Amino acid sequence: MTMSRLGSQPTEVIDRSTTLRFRWNGKRFRGFEGDTIASALAAAGEHVFSRSMKYHRPRGMLTADFWDPNLLVQVGDDPNVRAGHRLLESGMDVHPQNVWPSLRHDIKAANGLVARFLTAGFYYKTFMRPQKLWPTYERVLATFAPGGKVDLDTPHRYHDKRYVHPDVVVAGAGPAGIEAALAAAAAGARVILVEHEHAVGGHLRYSSAESARTALSELRAALDASDVEVLTDSTVTGRYEDNWLGIVQRNHPIAVERLIKARAKVLVVAPGLIERPFVFAGNDRPGVITSGAVRRLINLWGVKPGERAVVFSANSEGDAAAADLDRVGVEVAAVIDGREGRRVSAAQGPPKALEAVVAGGTRTDADLLVVAAGWTAPTSLLNMAGDRPVYDPDAARFFPSDPPSNVLATGGLAGDGSLDELRAHGAATGRLAAQRASAVAHRLQARTARALEVTGDEPDWAADERTPLGRSPHPELYRSDTHGMIDLSEDVGSKDLVAAAREGYDSVELAKRYTTATMGSAQGKLETVNTVAAIAEARGETIAQVGTTVWRPPYAPLTLGALAGRVFEPVRVSSIHPWHEANGVHTILAGQWIRPDHYGDPAAEVRNVRTNVGLIDVTPLGKLDLRGPDIPNLLNLLYTNKWSKLPVGKVRYGMMCAEDGVVLDDGVTGRLGEDHYLMTTTSSGAASVWEWVENWLQTERPDWRVHVTPVTTAYTSINVAGPKSRELVSRVTTGVDLSPEAFAYMEVRTATVAGVAGCFMWRIGFTCELSFEIHVPAGHGLHVWEALMEAGADLGVGPFGLEGQRIMRLEKGHFIVGQDTDGLTLGPSTGLSPLIKLDKDDFAGMPELAWAADRQLPMIVAIQPDDPGVVPEEAAQIVRGDTNEILGRITSSRMSPTLGRSICLGQVEPELAAGGTKLTVLLTSGQRISATVIDHHAHFDPDGERLRG
Amino acid sequence: MLLVPCPNCGPRNSADLRYGGESHARPDPATASPLQWRGYLYLRDNPADWLRETWYCRSGCRRWFTLERNTATNEFRDPPLPGDKRGGKA
Repeated sequence: MTMSRLGSQPTEVIDRSTTLRFRWNGKRFRGFEGDTIASALAAAGEHVFSRSMKYHRPRGMLTADFWDPNLLVQVGDDPNVRAGHRLLESGMDVHPQNVWPSLRHDIKAANGLVARFLTAGFYYKTFMRPQKLWPTYERVLATFAPGGKVDLDTPHRYHDKRYVHPDVVVAGAGPAGIEAALAAAAAGARVILVEHEHAVGGHLRYSSAESARTALSELRAALDASDVEVLTDSTVTGRYEDNWLGIVQRNHPIAVERLIKARAKVLVVAPGLIERPFVFAGNDRPGVITSGAVRRLINLWGVKPGERAVVFSANSEGDAAAADLDRVGVEVAAVIDGREGRRVSAAQGPPKALEAVVAGGTRTDADLLVVAAGWTAPTSLLNMAGDRPVYDPDAARFFPSDPPSNVLATGGLAGDGSLDELRAHGAATGRLAAQRASAVAHRLQARTARALEVTGDEPDWAADERTPLGRSPHPELYRSDTHGMIDLSEDVGSKDLVAAAREGYDSVELAKRYTTATMGSAQGKLETVNTVAAIAEARGETIAQVGTTVWRPPYAPLTLGALAGRVFEPVRVSSIHPWHEANGVHTILAGQWIRPDHYGDPAAEVRNVRTNVGLIDVTPLGKLDLRGPDIPNLLNLLYTNKWSKLPVGKVRYGMMCAEDGVVLDDGVTGRLGEDHYLMTTTSSGAASVWEWVENWLQTERPDWRVHVTPVTTAYTSINVAGPKSRELVSRVTTGVDLSPEAFAYMEVRTATVAGVAGCFMWRIGFTCELSFEIHVPAGHGLHVWEALMEAGADLGVGPFGLEGQRIMRLEKGHFIVGQDTDGLTLGPSTGLSPLIKLDKDDFAGMPELAWAADRQLPMIVAIQPDDPGVVPEEAAQIVRGDTNEILGRITSSRMSPTLGRSICLGQVEPELAAGGTKLTVLLTSGQRISATVIDHHAHFDPDGERLRG
Repeated sequence: MLLVPCPNCGPRNSADLRYGGESHARPDPATASPLQWRGYLYLRDNPADWLRETWYCRSGCRRWFTLERNTATNEFRDPPLPGDKRGGKA
């Protein structure tokens, strides 16, 4: 088979005045603007593009489009590029994939000699035992895996996302799809028309008939004049609940790919039909090609696909291919008419070429075998909408059965007809879609009580009065009297499926997974129905009885980049962030917040807090402003301890448990005024506790008068900690007596700090030092921070970050919810049983906590390794002696700069919780170390003298 | 993605809301047996039918509300009147 460029064709899409230079397999090639990689290579006479996955058989062009399983190539650092679809660009460096050492000489082709060992399920049979050899098997198999090479140094490229709310999305821009889009837009609908190929027109693009060309220019002109948004080189990849659609746009001018998430009121499915290969001996040989591929090669790219052809045709498209071949000077040596019961039996020749075609006992010399054996209906989007298409043996394909009323099918998927009939059906579908879209819009709006006003009555739900398309008879052509390849991307033959059925894997879903048929790059578009037919044959049943596999998203592959794409998650920083950045901060991402982790030396930051004074930015701390007379009731209900008698000016610590008794959050709440409280939550719990509070107030206690306002970001929070903190704070604060007598531990005041009025200040801290936590109106946060830094220069003030705070809280033995507790940690396990007041009437989780009070529970304890220099990893297991019996785990561990030794918190079984208990900690290295439980949680200053000072 | 009709904000992507799950009454904590309480915590009817469930419009109006959804078809129907307590099984 030798291809070459033909003279100019009236329908061609190439620009012969623009030559593009590129490399294929290391050699220089030329193509034209408008060529795909594959058409340029074909025009240059290349006819082997890849090696098959298992047997490494040479493969030529089969469908010459996106789905061609033989045209996966590497372009630069981009693997698995579909050369039948990707447009040629100047300078492309294209390489074949799955060849070793080269496309010409492939060592793994020897797999073909041992093919009988690589049959159905060979992975499962061959590499199962002995199990300990699996790592070796895996290494060897990995080198056989198909696909391109991923370059880990590939620069990050921009992927984008877009959200749209169109009335109608039309998937497929053939004549019926275009008419549907035009009709819907003419009826006032906002329409997006999505076309998988690089241009609209469907099969009209590669038809040489005058009537088709006229129709195509008409439709294009009408589209240009309409308001329809046309997305070419784009695919509707999935349809989800309520017509939520994923559309991948591959030709965006800036982004590599753009993922469009569309909420369509009505989806019109018009993908046309996909030509189905025929199964016979040698059907995967280079030179065997579908009729559609031949017509595209000739009419779109002016490529002569061979010299002497045999055409196996069972439909008018096959006949058209024969006519095209004849017109451009390819000798049509024989036409084997499938409608007359004739079949092609074998394609023969040397490994890399076609020499002769055998049909009905006659051998005909040919370098091209064109196959037009029928169609696969790509019903994927209908399946995703819940439809179960039904097989029609007279038309030899599946048809939609009963899609939901906001999903409509048209075009070849819905039936057959003349071009005029298809266009009329498309237009009727578009009108119906627009009518239904307006009814959907009204319904959606009518569900809105307050957001938008609904005008007028609901439009009638338009009945489907379209004239149905007919169904052209087509012979059922799946397999000839010989066996051949069914899934070319996975190298699964009809014999493999027969074997799978014989071994009992005779349902399609099982056979598919056992043989991997339909699981390769073509994703069933070419091979599903042949797979079903082979199983039906093996079972002695019909295709309708066997049924198909379920088509799932995505319809066409998209890159992980498109899915990850642009992230809309906000990033939060406090008002002090510019100062942190100017002062050498090392940040850490905590939820949405970028927080200071440390400023170079966390141990030094700790020593400075213990000796002098430090500032930490704790803005992400959750803060809820509570107002109303029922706040004490609310606090009593949410916290485990009692809140009825908290005086104005005092703060109290509380722990929250969920209804199952598991620790949910903790924090302090202060009473600022008679009916005014400020609740703080953990930083990570800020959003969830707010929801929790709202849930109780809205659903369980709607009669309570409490108003909740989240003020987390309305205040910048600064904790001033260390023995010199009172001195520092007093230098910038007015309006409050800061003496220990007037402002004691666990009290709150409203103060003016550095000239900023309305700051809340409370004497609490996580560091076990004397500390003042100041909540400053956010706009002034940076100013107050800088004022404190300036005022404390002679006191040795310095910043400290989360890491320093984590060390100091661990020295003090404070647990962190979610770090030292987990989803099973009940309230009493924290050691805070005295704060669980079971004599209250009610609080969240009370029954569980009451029942837990009688039980021995795992406990959070402070642990010190006996070797003070060893810091066990967090999550290291606590085990019984030399066994692997797990008795607990280390939940937090650090080297303490203050004590000069390693310190930990951990959860242990109840019998190990007493002070002095010796533990064995199993490190991830496998080493076992001994450690001791200490009497109380605090490794440092257990009596809290520093804190209260 | 499911469109959830928030009574205040109108139809919203379900990702804009928190799913509160099957609506169920909270037993009286003073008298609940462990069986009743754990039924409240863990046991759901999960019918293939109409189900009363709660949603929280966390990206919009911040209201918890109750809706009825047919779990077989994902149809929604009118919720009980606003202000109703999160009620027992419908």
